[in-house]
Amino acid sequence: MLWLHRFGSLPYFYRISRPIALALAVPGVLLAAYGVYGGLVEAPVDYQQGDAFRILYIHVPSAWLSLFGYTSMAVAGFVALVWRLKLAEIFLVAAAPVGASFTFLALVTGSIWGKPMWGTWWVWDARLTSELILLFLYLGVIALHNAIESPRTAARACSLLALVGVINVPIIHYSVEWWNTLHQGPTVTRFGRPAMEMDMLVPLLCAALGFTLIFGWLTLWGMRAQLLWRERRSRWVKRLFSDG
Amino acid sequence: MTRTRRRRLMLVGGLFVGLAAAVALALTAFSENILYFYQPSEIAAGEVPTHTRFRIGGLVENGSVERNNDDLLVRFTLADCEASVPVQFKGTLPDLFREGQGIVAYGALNESGQFVADEVLAKHDENYMSPDVAEAMKNQQGESCMPTNMQAKR
Repeated sequence: MLWLHRFGSLPYFYRISRPIALALAVPGVLLAAYGVYGGLVEAPVDYQQGDAFRILYIHVPSAWLSLFGYTSMAVAGFVALVWRLKLAEIFLVAAAPVGASFTFLALVTGSIWGKPMWGTWWVWDARLTSELILLFLYLGVIALHNAIESPRTAARACSLLALVGVINVPIIHYSVEWWNTLHQGPTVTRFGRPAMEMDMLVPLLCAALGFTLIFGWLTLWGMRAQLLWRERRSRWVKRLFSDG
Repeated sequence: MTRTRRRRLMLVGGLFVGLAAAVALALTAFSENILYFYQPSEIAAGEVPTHTRFRIGGLVENGSVERNNDDLLVRFTLADCEASVPVQFKGTLPDLFREGQGIVAYGALNESGQFVADEVLAKHDENYMSPDVAEAMKNQQGESCMPTNMQAKR
């Protein structure tokens, strides 16, 4: 039974992950393209910032995915530590570079926005600092995984780091509410009075959803590569490549 | 759930809860240092140490901005609902600098109670709207002496 679970599910996952990735990629790219076009071209200008506010159509989805990615890695890490599920380990390892890229994108777009609007590329306020720590946590997971030879030991170490680091996620999210920061408060997750006009909000939500699907697609693709590498000595992988 | 799994669950869960509690305590202890700026009323109340550099955040008072014609010196007053502090600054101002806008300035108080800033940053709020909607909202609500995004959190 255990044998079935361990070696039966991985080839199955490998087979079904391809159509799933495609099912994420197509609507993901379409939604993101619509959202970014709607934000950069069609949405009205902002009354304070003019056209400069449009960078948020990249910045906000990236920042959202930097948090979402790390949280999902921590959940996978928890599952990997307690239940020793191989797929969870593989997800954790595959999601790290994708999440790190979105974190980097969020920091860079925010910086480009900050120079003309705030008057500085960077300030050490709570939001920016905690987001930078998140980037280092992602890089730590990647480095840790590369540093340890045995994939299972590496995955266990990465799971622990992901779980420890996830404490930073609520700190990032609430930093603008707990402390005086230069970064402004939340717009989208705020209830009550709308903080953003509908014409601006709809493309933003589409872009965020589209980017999220793209995140899933890229992570799934990374998982497939990771899976093949880890199972390269198993019979099913060998058969996969000997047949053509 | 097997016994080993339950033990691992307790171990991982306990580790996580302990660590989260430690971080929460550390952040509470350091919260004074994470505060990004002081408000004009806190300066008026003498809660801010003199002779040290700090940040001050407030609204640029309407009609208070004076510019020099020959250099980049700008004078304005930063205010919250209770007090105001005169500020002088020499340099380029951010795009969002205007009267009624939330600003964070970095510098120190001089002997005459003027805040000499060497960095002026604009803090924008979380609202995004087109100019027409902004106009309509303004007529509806009027302006606040200290919008929520500029209020200090204590």
